[in-house]
Amino acid sequence: MLAAQVLINALVLGCLYACIAIGFSLVWGVLNVINLIHGSFIVLGAYLAWGLYQSLHLSPWYALVVAAPLFFCLGYIVQRIILNRVITAPVLVTLTLTFGLDLILNNAMIYFFKADYRKLTLSPPMGSISLFGVVVPVDRLLATAFALALTGILYLILRRLKVGRAIVAVRLDRDAAVLMGVNVKSIYAIAFGLGAALAGCAGVLMALIFPISPLTSSAYLGKAFVVCVLGGLGSVSGALAGGILLALIEGIGSATIGPAHATTLSFVLLIVFLILRPQGLLGRKGFE
Amino acid sequence: MTRSNIILLAIVVAIAALPMFGGPYALRLGTMACMYAILALSWNVVGGLAGYPSFATAAFFGFGAYTCGVLLSRGMSMAFAVPIAGIASFFVAALLGAALLRLRGHYFAIASLSLIEVFRELVNNATDLTGGGMGLNIPLGAGSAVMADATFYFLSMWGVLLATALMVIIVGGSKLGFGLACIRQNETAANMIGLNATLYKSVAFGLSACFVGAAGGIYAAWVHYIDPSDVFDILYSVKPIVMALIGGLGSPLGVLLGAFVYLGLEEVVWRNYIQIHSGVLGVLIVILLLFLPHGLMSIRSRLLAWRPKHV
Repeated sequence: MLAAQVLINALVLGCLYACIAIGFSLVWGVLNVINLIHGSFIVLGAYLAWGLYQSLHLSPWYALVVAAPLFFCLGYIVQRIILNRVITAPVLVTLTLTFGLDLILNNAMIYFFKADYRKLTLSPPMGSISLFGVVVPVDRLLATAFALALTGILYLILRRLKVGRAIVAVRLDRDAAVLMGVNVKSIYAIAFGLGAALAGCAGVLMALIFPISPLTSSAYLGKAFVVCVLGGLGSVSGALAGGILLALIEGIGSATIGPAHATTLSFVLLIVFLILRPQGLLGRKGFE
Repeated sequence: MTRSNIILLAIVVAIAALPMFGGPYALRLGTMACMYAILALSWNVVGGLAGYPSFATAAFFGFGAYTCGVLLSRGMSMAFAVPIAGIASFFVAALLGAALLRLRGHYFAIASLSLIEVFRELVNNATDLTGGGMGLNIPLGAGSAVMADATFYFLSMWGVLLATALMVIIVGGSKLGFGLACIRQNETAANMIGLNATLYKSVAFGLSACFVGAAGGIYAAWVHYIDPSDVFDILYSVKPIVMALIGGLGSPLGVLLGAFVYLGLEEVVWRNYIQIHSGVLGVLIVILLLFLPHGLMSIRSRLLAWRPKHV
């Protein structure tokens, strides 16, 4: 029974991890930028959900609708005004720049929201369902469903829409995409906006499950790192596989050697994966 | 020896005169200045010379701090504990480097960032040895008076800085430095002509960690209390990069000056805007990278000659 519970928990958590990582993976894959603000975007999304629930009693499910366009605009503007200027610079510059942006956003959040941990508690609570002794809280289950839906929406955008095909084209071969008449600058901004929107939405979902504080942003970012490396870069299915794998490893690790070592385990695995299989589980070589 | 290296050594030697006319506050600032200079110069070996975007400085700073801290709390004297911390950092970094430096670009950056996380979690969980999240108390040193204490730690840190500066100058003029420059420009070609790139990179990574570890050790003895989130702070990785970027990548003199400029800015910000200091630091980083990507040293050449830039 314990095994089944661990498995279910991992599946539920894994979809949420995938949702955290997928925007990060998109930005890394398309813009070739390691986006360190991602974690703070997630926390900002969580604060948005919390604020809307506190002030307007707006359920987090509706907050998603608010968060997506807001964060898309935010990401689009940040990319266009700041990041675009250094987009061709080496990784050292782009990574340090996003770190600087992260410092600003994180400090602003600490200043305005304080560093206290907050929790979005739905009233009335949604309870939990239990099937064959396996217990799953309903709000967590719903959050997972929404996370899967968001992942699916991104997949459809990349597959079906013209702009999505252009994003994929830029990722595969930037120069060829330019020759085909793709406006790379605008695609970069749209991809970054999409990444930010996914981060904001992931934050809204996280608000239901985890405590909210600016200090948690680096933990989210760490999960995004690990999921991206495990699953492979820039593909939706890779992020999903990586998320579930990470959640499984953490779950099994916590159950066997203790929860204190779960993070260590995941990061050691990250380094091992980087060395032995840098293209990830589902990635293809030469795709970076 | 080139002129800029002579100036570098002269500046470092001149700093040693600080205890003669500075009070405890000046000595505290001086100790920080030496520490930042050590971190930045060390980072420059792997980041500037070899061109690998390393974010692992904080990992070895924390490693050195904890190695030294644990040894000191077991009753060892600083004269042994600090060198041991440095040497241990060298070997750990060289071994890890042999594996990690096979990665390039973004993957190396991520791996080196994760190293901080791994080390922090390991220290966090080894409660018996390190005190875990409660931190580690380090017994007070032999010094009793405020001034004597401050002078002692300043001179210790300065000694490590002098060693770092000598190491940087020697590496810069040696076969190792030449090999690292080759690796930066074209690693595949360097491999082709028979340069043992893995060995060179590992030694460079080890050297860049060695003095950082020693500095971490002195820091631990200096502040008497360390905890994982303090010494494994990712800012210790980013600050040296910012300093090197302020000064201009690659030139040790520029990096040293960058460290001092950065410390000055940080001190002003800390004093005046304590609540938003990290935000101000972020603004500084963004402005620096957007408008002065080649550092302060580039202003002079930019003013002197309006030549078209090589792309």
